[in-house]
Amino acid sequence: MSVKKELLVRPIEHGTVIDHINAGQALNVIRIIGIAGSMGSVVSIAMNVASKEMGLKDIVKIEGRELDSKQLDKISLISPDATINIIRNYDVISKYNVELPEEIIGIVRCNNPDCITNSDEPVASSFTVTKKPVILRCKYCDHIISEEIAEQLI
Amino acid sequence: MKDFTREMIDEVLELAEKLEPFARGRPCRMLEDKLLALLFYEPSTRTRLSFDAAIKRLGGSSIDFGMVEASSVSKGETLADTIRVVSEYADAIVLRHPKEGAARMASDYSSVPVINAGDGGGHHPTQTLLDLYTIKRESKLEEIDIALVGDLRYGRTVHSFAYALSLYGVNIYLVSPPQLQMPQHIKSDLVHRGITIRETNSIEDVLEKIDVLYMTRIQKERFAEQSEYLAVAGSYRLGSEMLSNARENLIIMHPLPRVNEIDASVDATSHACYFKQSFYGVPTRMAVLVKLLEGKI
Ligand SMILES: Nc1ncnc2c1ncn2[C@@H]1O[C@H](COP(=O)(O)OP(=O)(O)OP(=O)(O)O)[C@@H](O)[C@H]1O
Ligand SMILES: [Mg+2]
Ligand SMILES: [Zn+2]
Repeated sequence: MSVKKELLVRPIEHGTVIDHINAGQALNVIRIIGIAGSMGSVVSIAMNVASKEMGLKDIVKIEGRELDSKQLDKISLISPDATINIIRNYDVISKYNVELPEEIIGIVRCNNPDCITNSDEPVASSFTVTKKPVILRCKYCDHIISEEIAEQLI
Repeated sequence: MKDFTREMIDEVLELAEKLEPFARGRPCRMLEDKLLALLFYEPSTRTRLSFDAAIKRLGGSSIDFGMVEASSVSKGETLADTIRVVSEYADAIVLRHPKEGAARMASDYSSVPVINAGDGGGHHPTQTLLDLYTIKRESKLEEIDIALVGDLRYGRTVHSFAYALSLYGVNIYLVSPPQLQMPQHIKSDLVHRGITIRETNSIEDVLEKIDVLYMTRIQKERFAEQSEYLAVAGSYRLGSEMLSNARENLIIMHPLPRVNEIDASVDATSHACYFKQSFYGVPTRMAVLVKLLEGKI
């Protein structure tokens, strides 16, 4: 075991650590990746942790599960700097940055009240994504969301 | 419509021209075995009739569900389900729906082509095509001077039209009251596409400088005060006396129905083109149907 620094939450033997989450967004991160209680994993959260790079950040640790990058990339919508650390035997065995997918299905609600995706139809919302700055364009009604994406999470 | 290429549009317009004699009644069996479903969730007599005329002029036939109130729609069936069912009956679906993006969604659920005949404040591509066709037939579709008049802010059809016009290197005058000006992002898109736009709020300013005058309705609902509406509507009214110094070949267009944007006295002038424009909806929609249902002529 080689945990160098003091950890805010207890070390995990095996699992996923999502680090460098924008301060205050940890709960949204959990929502986006859909790891609510039902999965049975122990999930711990640290919010507003001091960070050299970001001032304050949030951290989410999921015990016993290695989440795949496809599932995690969606986080970049609300935390573009998040890093994913896969932990095995208490060590970080791999680390990568989340990357914004080109298409976001579900997750975000179109902010046009007259959009077909905001009616009783069975269709999921769907957006094409441009990066820097992040702009989501509704595949159905063409409206764009460029600010406060976290507010539009379903 | 924003994504249409000039090549795609030109193909449809050329086909429309070939089909025009059939739109006027020459017998035609091109789509003899084809059945078109007309699903109109909003009243739009003109568009519906012209699609119906288009399929019938091509030898095909149509089905519809009549009044929305009498159909399963009022029993709460989703559009998705209706589309899945109807796409098994018909060879193509024409859809008019109040929600934006409805046609796009319908095409996700449909096994046959879905033609968007207007979705809420969203798109209405066949209107744009028929407007372009009218200009092609009655004026020329290149480097002309055109004025778009009226509600340029909320009227999404006029936005699509402006995008399409930008493919043809025209000069555009935008004529609207200050509260109904074209949104900035659309204006800058248009400028980026390399065309010149000028803005004014008076029709008189532009009447002598244009080849095409495209009038739109100014809707009461856009104004908080009835008096404000009346004042604006009054100043966007075209009378024949205003046309004395207009270019000889000026054409005047209007998507119809008009309320009182164009005085009846204009109808008799050589400039009036709105009834022809309405007719051109038929060959244009015939062209769209042939393209979708047959692939070739
Ligand atoms: N066994 C463990 N249990 C729980 N959390 C761990 C474990 N090992 C590392 N972490 C956490 O995972 C994150 C990444 O660990 P690492 O040791 O790579 O830190 P770092 O060098 O600061 O990384 P970075 O350069 O990404 O900031 C940190 O937040 C750390 O606290
Ligand atoms: Mg660190
Ligand atoms: Zn939308």
